[in-house]
Amino acid sequence: MNTAAPVVLEVKDLHAYLFTRWGVVRAVDGLSFAIREGETLGLVGESGCGKTMTGLAVLRLLPEPAGRIVRGQVLLEGEDLVTKSEAEMRQVRGRRISMILQDPQTSLNPVFTIGDQVVEALRMLHGDGARALSHRAEEALRSVKVAAPEQRMRAYPHQMSGGMKQRVVGAIAVAGEPRVLIADEPTTALDVTIQLQYLTLLKEIQARTRLAMLFITHDFGIVARMCDRVAVMYAGRIVESGPTRALFRAPRHPYTEALMASVPRMEASVERLPSIEGQPPSLHDLPAGCRFAPRCGYADDRCRREYPPTLPVGPAHEAACWRVEPSPPSR
Amino acid sequence: MARVEERIDVGFGPSPAAEVASRPRGDLARLPWISFFIIAVLIVVAVLAPLVAPHSPTEQSLPDKLTPPAWQEGGSTKHLLGTDILGRDVLSRLIYGARVSLIVAAAALLAGGGVGLMVGIVSGYLGGRVDSFLMRVVDATLTFPTILIALLLAVSLGQGLQTIAIAITVLIWARFARVVRGEVLAVKTRDFVALARVHGCSHLRIMAIHIVPNVLNTFMVLLTLHIGFVIIVEASLSFLGAGIPPPTPSWGQMVADGRSHIASAWWLAVVPGAAIMLVVLAFNLFGDWLRDWLDPRLRQV
Repeated sequence: MNTAAPVVLEVKDLHAYLFTRWGVVRAVDGLSFAIREGETLGLVGESGCGKTMTGLAVLRLLPEPAGRIVRGQVLLEGEDLVTKSEAEMRQVRGRRISMILQDPQTSLNPVFTIGDQVVEALRMLHGDGARALSHRAEEALRSVKVAAPEQRMRAYPHQMSGGMKQRVVGAIAVAGEPRVLIADEPTTALDVTIQLQYLTLLKEIQARTRLAMLFITHDFGIVARMCDRVAVMYAGRIVESGPTRALFRAPRHPYTEALMASVPRMEASVERLPSIEGQPPSLHDLPAGCRFAPRCGYADDRCRREYPPTLPVGPAHEAACWRVEPSPPSR
Repeated sequence: MARVEERIDVGFGPSPAAEVASRPRGDLARLPWISFFIIAVLIVVAVLAPLVAPHSPTEQSLPDKLTPPAWQEGGSTKHLLGTDILGRDVLSRLIYGARVSLIVAAAALLAGGGVGLMVGIVSGYLGGRVDSFLMRVVDATLTFPTILIALLLAVSLGQGLQTIAIAITVLIWARFARVVRGEVLAVKTRDFVALARVHGCSHLRIMAIHIVPNVLNTFMVLLTLHIGFVIIVEASLSFLGAGIPPPTPSWGQMVADGRSHIASAWWLAVVPGAAIMLVVLAFNLFGDWLRDWLDPRLRQV
């Protein structure tokens, strides 16, 4: 990707905790990343590692009253969102950062027509009259390739397929011409052929609007297709990040390695897929050292004692593991 | 069976676009004509009572007392549904009584339902301490013994329409609040609520625009179901003497008065009782239909 493009969204040392009656859940625990204009960053990790919380924290929509951003910055075009008031955040949401969620079945309000919902989203952005708004809504539906938008405007969500609904959700999401789009597993609920169509559509929208995309997923196939860079998340932290190609070719963190190994391949026939033994640590009782150490085949005493620093392992490629530490010259 | 399958096989039907464009809102045949008819008659009669009623509801005529309905032996066409113990025309009293029932039901349901809807939505949507507090208030309200509270209010506020409406409001708002809150809990976890936040909606706007329409079906059904309850509570209160003061006819009072003559003059209790039953049934059928009609998923089934 073009490294000269300006950084649109930068997250610096973000800590977002959930204060529950069973203790503090450190869902996002010192996360940093940056996304440039027109770039897609894939955020990968297993369930419960804090991916979705990261997306919500960026929008300041952590579940209330438990969720709080404890430390860190979320810089949107240089402005810190963490210090903004709720009223100021409402101006940011939908206009400058938008989001697509996983399940198209519940992403639309069942009692309103598609047209009403697109118009409603547009009304919050433009002060136009009803006719102009419905014209805009039709345009928005056409731009996400909904067939026969004039008729679809009058359809209710239950009359449309999942893929079609997710397109409408996409149309609503980009209606405000946001600079950043957070896509939280947008294709998980779609079948494979529709997935491909939808991803292609997102790419087209991105090419047209130059928006920065944070693509949250657990599917490496989608990452390979969609993302310019990948960040692998484990227990609230990024353990490895780098350009998609480099990371796929040579994963440096044992967790990334293990994740890659567990993706089935067409060419190799295996009896069992390799899996990662054990469970991720529970986020309110994290181990002192490296969080992956209990499940890591290479772990030693130092791993269990101290969290490793994040070190460069290639161009724009970093990993947080003691094993990638540049070895002393004596060896 | 075979016929059903055949229909499914042949069922290419109109194209989805055409289906969307025409958007049928239910066949005429499937409208609840019976309940529409009963409710319409009730409203017309209540509004036009002085024009429709053959006699004054309070005019006594002792010589005509306890005349049976016209179709019975000894009945006369002068009093179609007979007369009561004081010779008052039962039909006229029924017609004027419809006014009382309707006014009480409308006032109590609007006030009680409205308060319940608001409390339920705020409680369910905000959750946390607000929810705990409001639901404890609801619990407390639901433990009130209906009749006792109504009697207490009647004594302290004095008899009359207002008192009954207030008493019933106090009694029913909690039922609405509880059911609505349950619905809101289910609706608010759906993604479109989260997405509304993502698009910059305030909590107030989400409650008004996204939550209310989704609980309206339930609310409407609850409302129509409670019409019967309200009419019956009004009847009970009148029966106990805490309701509408005597000369004004009300259906509950008519049943109560007729109770002691049920063996000799059955029409005194049965006529207003049947009216209560028909009206409650009509509103319930109407509520059923309304629920289906309001639900876009069922509208075209």
